[in-house]
Amino acid sequence: MRKLNFALSMAALALLAGPAAAQQDPNLARNLVANCANCHGTNGKAVPGAGMEPIAGEPKEKLVKKIKEYRSGVRPATVMHQISKGYTDEQIDLIAGYLAVQK
Amino acid sequence: MFNRRDFLKAAGASAGVVTLGGCAGGSSKATGHVVVVGGGYGGATAAKYLRMWSNGSVEVTLVERNSEFISCPISNLVVAGEKTLADITVSYEGLKKWGVRVIHDDVVGIDAEKRKIKLAKHGELGYDRAVLSPGVDFMWDAVPALKGADAQSKILHAWKAGPQTVALRKQLEDMKDGGVYALTIPKAPYRCPPGPYERASMVAHYFKTKKPKSKVLVLDANEDIVSKKGLFMKAWGDNYKGILEYRPNSELRDVDVASRTAILEFDKVKADVLNVVPPQRAGTLVAQSGAKLANNRWAEIDWTSMESVNAKGIHILGDSTLSAPLMPKSGFMANQHGKVAAAAILNLLAGEAPSSEVMMSNTCYSFVDAKNVIHVASVHKYDAEKKTMLTVPGSGGVSAARNEIEAGFAMGWAKNIWADMLT
Ligand code: HEC
Repeated sequence: MRKLNFALSMAALALLAGPAAAQQDPNLARNLVANCANCHGTNGKAVPGAGMEPIAGEPKEKLVKKIKEYRSGVRPATVMHQISKGYTDEQIDLIAGYLAVQK
Repeated sequence: MFNRRDFLKAAGASAGVVTLGGCAGGSSKATGHVVVVGGGYGGATAAKYLRMWSNGSVEVTLVERNSEFISCPISNLVVAGEKTLADITVSYEGLKKWGVRVIHDDVVGIDAEKRKIKLAKHGELGYDRAVLSPGVDFMWDAVPALKGADAQSKILHAWKAGPQTVALRKQLEDMKDGGVYALTIPKAPYRCPPGPYERASMVAHYFKTKKPKSKVLVLDANEDIVSKKGLFMKAWGDNYKGILEYRPNSELRDVDVASRTAILEFDKVKADVLNVVPPQRAGTLVAQSGAKLANNRWAEIDWTSMESVNAKGIHILGDSTLSAPLMPKSGFMANQHGKVAAAAILNLLAGEAPSSEVMMSNTCYSFVDAKNVIHVASVHKYDAEKKTMLTVPGSGGVSAARNEIEAGFAMGWAKNIWADMLT
């Protein structure tokens, strides 16, 4: 399911709506992205010119790569290396998927 | 005035615009009326996110005493003369665009049984769920001489941003060069753990550049610096030697208002500007609601919903809560609480259980002079077994050293979080 984009996987969940699908919180991606909004703006749309990078609407793979590079330490950072270590691969995948479809 | 039909209409009209991923899941099935009390970092965020995530299907009323939002974070730059009050003030108009009904009033009572909130001027509000985010109230009993309004206008706390912030700035400007500014810090927990040390740093910066014969005296009730100790000590040693003096284990017992004297257990310290940050507790409204308090001070809540452990239908956010381990009482954290509450309330209003996969993050930026900033960051995850939020092992940390880049990020953070909660 991870290969599908977020919207598709959500639609699939909604269609399935069986006990197996109910296991995962369908709003998890949305809620995780809310952890980032304080700095990067609501749904990743940063206030223009305020000095924080917008992270919405970027391709998912690019976002996953950047976040994982922060986590491993290869990408220089003031704070993202510390924040990214708080999230699992699965969570980063969900976050990036949600951010990628923001327009 | 909004009624149910207007809300549904608004929801339908906006469905094509705001939804995107947000339309999935149970949220849009949620209906009902949520009253949020307190439009600070917690309450304003909850109000906006309830409207945004429900696509307008949930009615939200925000009750806020003040006509504009004034930020505590960054207010130490106003105290130091680096920013003005206007720089840290944001209007509530943006929330109205989300369809939040904003009422500027005081709450005089809350009836958790009948689910009603009584306002001083605007009558009664019924609710399906209430969100209380009143911040802290000061425990003036701990500083008896400061109980009256007159005394409080002379010995300032400036620990709620607004007129007190401006008044403290004025006292510092009026102080003669060669004077002493004394700041008293209560025992933790209190609002904004690094805040007092940032304030001491910024006042020292002001003295160093404008009143070089003056001194900053920090009287800390704690046995050591509570937050970012190494980074603050380095900044003080490098920049403020001979200006800033730090005294741990110096708990304030009372003050003498007329002579601006701090009365400690074994000592009395006279200052030219005395700034008392009093001990704090959950806003009075929280106790009034019947919500259970730990130590008679902080609300015990369920971290998956932010709902009081005993007062059903009442969700409590921000500084008023009994903090989870290593969780600071910060604006950032309150914003995260607001989002967890919003998600849980939308589930509950749709007849579903709140999710137990709860994550929150926190970062507190502090200025140590006009250009350099330090941070402390953490990521917290709900632990179902321990029923609390725990930091994720290996995550978080502090700045490598004070630096100018993060001064830009600190202001960027402020502008983005203000927008995240209010526009
Ligand atoms: C405390 C503020 C803060 C929070 C919270 C935060 N970030 Fe960041 N983010 C930054 C800063 C600052 C940078 C620049 C790199 C650095 O100095 O750490 C950045 C950079 C990034 C970048 C790279 C942007 C680019 O294209 O250069 C991505 C992607 C990113 N963050 C994703 C996230 C995600 C996902 C979250 C939530 C899990 C998050 N951030 C939470 C402050 C934050």
